Amino acid sequence: MASETPLLKRLLGVDQRVFWALGLVLLVAPVFTVESYRLFQLTLAAIYAIAILGLNIITGYNGQISLGHGAFYAVGAYVAAIMMDKMGLPYWSTLPAAAVICGLVGFGIGFPALRLGGLYLALTTFSLAVAVPQLLKYKGIEQWTGGVQGVLVFKPDAPFGLPLSSDQYMYLFTLAMAVLVFVLVRNLMASRIGRAIMAIRDHGLAAEAMGMDIARLKTNTFAVSAMITGLAGALSAIAVEFVSPDSFSVNLSITLFVGMVVGGVASIIGPVFGGLFVVFVPNLAEEISKAAPGVIYGFILILFLFVLPGGVAGLLRRLVARLLR
Amino acid sequence: MNGFIHQVIAGIATGGIYASVALALVMIYQATHHVNFAQGEMATFSTYIALTLVQAGLPFWVAFFATVGVSFCLGVLIERVLMRPMAHATVLTHVGLFIGLVLVVSNLTGWVFDYTVKPFPTPFHDGPLLGGLVTGHELGSTAVTLVVLGLVYVFFRYTRLGLAMRAAAYNPASARLVGVRVGWMLALGWGLAAGIGAIAGIMVAPVVFLEPNMMLGILLYAFAGALLGGIDNPGGAVVGGFAVGVIENLGGTYIVGTELKLTMALVIIIGVLLVKPAGLFGRVVLSRV
Repeated sequence: MASETPLLKRLLGVDQRVFWALGLVLLVAPVFTVESYRLFQLTLAAIYAIAILGLNIITGYNGQISLGHGAFYAVGAYVAAIMMDKMGLPYWSTLPAAAVICGLVGFGIGFPALRLGGLYLALTTFSLAVAVPQLLKYKGIEQWTGGVQGVLVFKPDAPFGLPLSSDQYMYLFTLAMAVLVFVLVRNLMASRIGRAIMAIRDHGLAAEAMGMDIARLKTNTFAVSAMITGLAGALSAIAVEFVSPDSFSVNLSITLFVGMVVGGVASIIGPVFGGLFVVFVPNLAEEISKAAPGVIYGFILILFLFVLPGGVAGLLRRLVARLLR
Repeated sequence: MNGFIHQVIAGIATGGIYASVALALVMIYQATHHVNFAQGEMATFSTYIALTLVQAGLPFWVAFFATVGVSFCLGVLIERVLMRPMAHATVLTHVGLFIGLVLVVSNLTGWVFDYTVKPFPTPFHDGPLLGGLVTGHELGSTAVTLVVLGLVYVFFRYTRLGLAMRAAAYNPASARLVGVRVGWMLALGWGLAAGIGAIAGIMVAPVVFLEPNMMLGILLYAFAGALLGGIDNPGGAVVGGFAVGVIENLGGTYIVGTELKLTMALVIIIGVLLVKPAGLFGRVVLSRV
């Protein structure tokens, strides 16, 4: 959010650049201080944060509810895995390809549903998310997707002979991607198009009267949103080193949705908290019972909607505002 | 040819299940303009209650009516506790509540009744009838579905309570002014939808076997049926549900094979949205500015 930085400056009395530098140090520090499994979890959290940011663009900022972003995550992951395993292409080349393909798929799905508004997008995307594992198992494309078995890939080693383990390198690579995507989205939302996107959410009719082509803007926003989530999917395939149909069930889409609400709807920083939440909370909950994560997820989601509709980001914003008074 | 007729009849039998769930969806949609994504999970939970009662030694039909009653109460309770306080919240909040409900109910089902796939008894003659054209369960479950649909029609068309519920959905402000308790009508709608869902679950469980995710695919077909018939038209949703059942069975047998059956629901949904978004019998919504 554009207004947060001046607030922090007034609060802490530091220059904005000092603040950014501190943040960067804080983000890079785990590479040298944290054991490799925790680092892998942090990598996953960053990947989920990117995916949730993608969802937040269409659902938070544009007000069009998608319950099927797991499908784009899956497509991105499969594009990356197939390019690396079947075509022998380098890992970094899969990211732009995954983004473009997911953008096109998003356009195709969004086009019929977004002309109509209301709950049609939620219905269509939910159906898409339910159908995805079955589509990935389809015999006709088995030679590419590996059917039920999925595809195995390998994590890249650090380039240029850098003295880093592949886990450490993957964390830094993911982090760089995440910072890039977050800055781009922040700028997009602060721009003219970003304001148009939010205007459609707040009052579609007025936006239309101002001369905006609502259907086109919504469809394009959905495509960009699918693109970003697809990019996260590709990163996940590289980091996890494995894709299979059953890791992309409808639960993944629901997880992204829960992460968005808990982190903060229509917030740039919110998805970071959302990513951390979806990676670390189920681990804690699983110690109680196999079914516990789902039940706790559900309760936390409902609790947030009742008590903290702005999510963690909204809570922080309110705290900062109170401190400044 | 015999095979073809059998597929059509089997399609009508499963279509009846889709029609029931579609009807439950449309009932809540009419009253609140929301689609209850937790409808399937609630029905699965009800079906487990029925199985527990049958295993406790109750006769099938006693367990059946007890389950429908319990589900009705649970539906009312959910509306009162969860939806009522949020009646004026945004669409996103409502969808969030439905998703929360999906998570809680489906995982609670797995937690309480475990994840193993269980067979479910059928009360009907279990075997082929009419020279192998139709099984006893298909015939029985279609009959039950038709009775339920008939009762729902009579209830809304010929009873004072049904009229009050329609008034509350059609124009809440005017309904309140003539003394209809609009809030309770909504709760009643949730209860009825939960009861209808429970019947659909009990009727489909002997065919697909009982497990916590049993209704997920069925919910998808019900979405497709409701959209095909027109999401604001109960009669249309029923016809749509039957149509989707037949399309699914014929398509699964002759075109795509069983492994892509779920994708057909998605294709129907996108097809309807592209060609005739209001559905076959739905009204085109015009909003006044």
